[in-house]
Amino acid sequence: MLIITCPFCGPRDEVEFACGGEAHIARPLADHKISDADFADYLFMRDNPKGLFLERWRHSAGCRRWFNVARDTVSNEIVEIYPMGSLPVKTAAKTTYKTSWRRDTAAEKAATPSRSKAGGSK
Amino acid sequence: MVSRSAASGSPQTKPQRAVARIDQNAPVNFTFDGRSYRGFAGDTLASALLANNVHLVGRSFKYHRPRGIMAAGSEEPNALIRLGKGAYAEPNLRATQIEIFEGLYAESQNRTPSLKFDIGAINSVLDRFFPAGFYYKTFMWPASMWMRYEHVIRHAAGLGKVADDHNDPDRYEKTHAHCDILVAGGGATGLMAALQAAKSGTRVILADEQNEFGGWLLGEADIMIGDCPAFNWISDIVAELAAMPNVTLLPRTTVFGYLDHNYLTLNERATDHLPSRPAHLPRQRLWKIRAKQVIIAQGAHERPLVFAGNDLPGVMLAGAVRTYINRYGVCPGQRAIVVCNNDDAYRTALDLHHAGAHVVVADLRAKATGPLMRAVRDAGIEILQGHAVIAAYGNHRVARVEIAPVNDAVTEISGDIDHRDCDLIAMSGGLSPAVHLHSQARGKLQWDDAKLCFRPSATHEPSFNIGACNGSFDLSAGLKEAVRAGTKAASATGHKTTALDTPIVQSHKQSWCPLAAWKIPNGHAAGRGPKAFVDFQNDVTASDVSLAAREGYQSVEHLKRYTTTGMGTDQGKTSNINALAILADALGNEIPAVGTTTFRMPYTPSNIGAIAGRDIGDLFDPVRLTRMDDWHRAHGATFEHVGQWMRAWYYPQNGETMQQAVNREVKAARTTAGLLDASTLGKIDIRGRDAAEFLNRLYTNAWRKLGIGKCRYGLMLKDDGMVMDDGVTTRIGENHFHMTTTTGGAAGVLDWMEEWLQTEWPDLEVYLTSVTEQWAVATLSGPNAGKILQDAGIDFDLSPAEFPFMSMKEGHIGGLAARIFRISFTGELSYEINVAARHGLALWTRLMAAGKAHGITPYGTEAMHVLRAEKGFIIVGQETDGSVTPHDLCMNWIVSKTKPDFIGKRALARHTMEYDDRKQLVGLLCSDPSTVIPEGAHAVLDPDQPLPMKMLGQVTSSYFSPNCGRSIAMAMLKGGHALKGQTVFFPMLDGSILKAEIVDTAFFDPKGARING
Repeated sequence: MLIITCPFCGPRDEVEFACGGEAHIARPLADHKISDADFADYLFMRDNPKGLFLERWRHSAGCRRWFNVARDTVSNEIVEIYPMGSLPVKTAAKTTYKTSWRRDTAAEKAATPSRSKAGGSK
Repeated sequence: MVSRSAASGSPQTKPQRAVARIDQNAPVNFTFDGRSYRGFAGDTLASALLANNVHLVGRSFKYHRPRGIMAAGSEEPNALIRLGKGAYAEPNLRATQIEIFEGLYAESQNRTPSLKFDIGAINSVLDRFFPAGFYYKTFMWPASMWMRYEHVIRHAAGLGKVADDHNDPDRYEKTHAHCDILVAGGGATGLMAALQAAKSGTRVILADEQNEFGGWLLGEADIMIGDCPAFNWISDIVAELAAMPNVTLLPRTTVFGYLDHNYLTLNERATDHLPSRPAHLPRQRLWKIRAKQVIIAQGAHERPLVFAGNDLPGVMLAGAVRTYINRYGVCPGQRAIVVCNNDDAYRTALDLHHAGAHVVVADLRAKATGPLMRAVRDAGIEILQGHAVIAAYGNHRVARVEIAPVNDAVTEISGDIDHRDCDLIAMSGGLSPAVHLHSQARGKLQWDDAKLCFRPSATHEPSFNIGACNGSFDLSAGLKEAVRAGTKAASATGHKTTALDTPIVQSHKQSWCPLAAWKIPNGHAAGRGPKAFVDFQNDVTASDVSLAAREGYQSVEHLKRYTTTGMGTDQGKTSNINALAILADALGNEIPAVGTTTFRMPYTPSNIGAIAGRDIGDLFDPVRLTRMDDWHRAHGATFEHVGQWMRAWYYPQNGETMQQAVNREVKAARTTAGLLDASTLGKIDIRGRDAAEFLNRLYTNAWRKLGIGKCRYGLMLKDDGMVMDDGVTTRIGENHFHMTTTTGGAAGVLDWMEEWLQTEWPDLEVYLTSVTEQWAVATLSGPNAGKILQDAGIDFDLSPAEFPFMSMKEGHIGGLAARIFRISFTGELSYEINVAARHGLALWTRLMAAGKAHGITPYGTEAMHVLRAEKGFIIVGQETDGSVTPHDLCMNWIVSKTKPDFIGKRALARHTMEYDDRKQLVGLLCSDPSTVIPEGAHAVLDPDQPLPMKMLGQVTSSYFSPNCGRSIAMAMLKGGHALKGQTVFFPMLDGSILKAEIVDTAFFDPKGARING
């Protein structure tokens, strides 16, 4: 069972948290301008990497706040925890963000400008 | 008492025979298979049985072969025992780990009718017909017969029987603990590391599965540590640790699981060793420990040698024989054959000799030398080098062996076979480090080609492997690792300590590199000749492994599942490496290339009671009750679980059946009045500047212009366009809404809303509060509902002009402050009356009293379902399953065309949404009005089509409707909207076929004329 350091409450056992899956998936606006295939990138496609993964967690049995976690899926090492709506600052996590295939998708480009600047949060 | 020449190179001190760890002044009486025996305090059931010359203690899994005691610890594969009687009985316990106590009651397992005469042993004669994968091969066809085969197989296979009474009367506890350093294993190195770390002041927990600390050293007589026998060193160090306030000692406690971030689970057998349990103590305790650092000192398991007949009672591991002699004072045989591929077993030969047994050593190695060999030879013990036991024979215990010279690679018999009588074989195939905990934590392993074993390598967790589990079998080396690990681990927790002097170990100098000899030849072709076992518990032989390899099971994971090697309750502690090596040999591959299977928790079987702890019965899951619950119970309600809620299901009166009661309740709600406890509906209070905008994005319809005091039905979609929840939301003020959700969906909807607010729209200012339990709700429905409210003392005008449908008013009923919503889930004139939770029961009783003259009838959830189905209203989760869109439900009217966005909007425009074979909601009328089509029944268009039939979809709701005077149903059918007026068929399990017409879903009052009473 992981120990996750909630940015608001401090280190707690994993049982208090819920994992919300991949982070930084920007939501395209429903303007119908991207194709179904491009929209599917947002709706269905999720990464499942071996190694560093940026994901969302929620302190569901605590303060109920969402935040981002950079976790190594092999070692379960938590490399960085950072707020919703922001990007990681540690080099490895930053690289993971920048090199994600998602950065080039039409779905991400169709998201609200303010969101995509913030790195997308959903 | 016995003088023995010390190893060359050791100091002058002569190793002394240790005192056995049993108390011969404390006899203990126990029963095994109906016979009474006597042992002593300190005995295990295994040692006490051996002391009573009982070697046959069980029958094997598949062939029902006689089995005895092979090991002396938790790796025991054979001696599985059913302990205790009645509800206290527990199967499959290892006799080697059961401490005996006065009155202990034990039975052997897997035998009918008795251990010595067992009918199942016929399987042993038929062994040619039971090869690896037998069940898979034989019972595959015809598939329809599997159910019958399975019954017989399930009965014949398996080991012990669980207690007949499944209500375990024992009490179990759970304990959570944090520590700086957890030391798993209290043998020599574990003790040393714990002491080293504890000296720094760091908090240490030391756990060991045995009743006393010391590990394998407790069974050794010829080892001196410092200037004293090993036993004295152990007691000194244990006493020192026990006196330290920062150390917790947990004997009888198995570290059985190693999870992420140094989270470990331990099973403490707190009182299993006591004849009666003190009331204040649980039977067992589950420890969940979070450690900053972990030191693993699990030790090693000795490997059996794979020769024919190696499973006979009387064939034991060489190290175990030493333990029985030295720790328990029991010599398990008088004429012993020691067969080995390594030096260590020579120490067993010496101990057997000193215990008075006649000993012959058969060493697979042609040229082994060293001080141990000299000592054995000097004792006058016969050593046959380059010889193997190629077969053992006996009835219920080994009686005779065949010994033959073998070639250097131990692949062929190279000379004449010699027959020897014996009553004990002490075998040793080398040591396998217990890498279980390290591997559970997903640590890697590396193959040590000299020591012929897998040792731990890299790990993700802050942990150390020390001693035998690290492949450091030499005690001196292990103790050095312990000091190092103890210092480092303490320092990692922020505690400084200076390294202790490693005590000087005096023992025979020996090599720890065995000869690779995995399968001993017996002169027969593969698959013929007597059986040589690899996995004793699951009855897997060397030829089973080879056969599996020939049949193409080349992956070790496939081999494991096909032959069941390593899948017993011992998880192959003694068998895995032998199986791997034989597989590697059959594949012509190297052992490390074949790899190992995954090690999983628990390390040893753990009582499920300990894992459950107190979370059983009423404490298993919280039960939520409404404020009116007492009234429902007092009035005979039958209840159903809805999520964690207990809801009144129906209220049978005067011996009514469920159907009669529901019919009466449903009728009353449409002819007089019905009263439903709707308190369980999810309720969320929504406030903030952007509350209306938020709802506008959350629901499919428009919300910004909803008037204050007005209610609106809303449908919530996931972003994939599928319906996730529905409910009525009311505008209480400009920036204040009251949302209702389905009973089961309440928590999920709150999660959902919080997620969108926090992650996608943090710019919206909205505050959410769950108020489900703050409001008690009674729903009054039916033509007399208004009259009843009047009589109950409502303080405002109920006329439809003043209080129209889909509006809310705040007022008082009989003095109780209330929010009253004019909304309806029945299609009747209906009021949902919300009062502060503490007034719930008062509201209910006042309405019941006021309604008496107007035929008020309490109704439960079943009647509620029928009433809404009569109107064709859906229930999310019953009609929908996460793959249903508003269009599928004929609810396009609620989906805004003009809003720029809402959750699910883009997905509803996906091309797949236009497929005409989507399942769509329809109504059904069965051709026989009295027949209720079973929910879940599958519809077909043509009942005469060949199998498998083309399924259209399934019935989602189906009831008898007393108001329609017939059965009604709803279904989700492919292209259902276009099928209106057609007939569909429902082939039933009994061969009958039901017929129904597809109709609209509004079965009753389709025009909604009754909404104003």
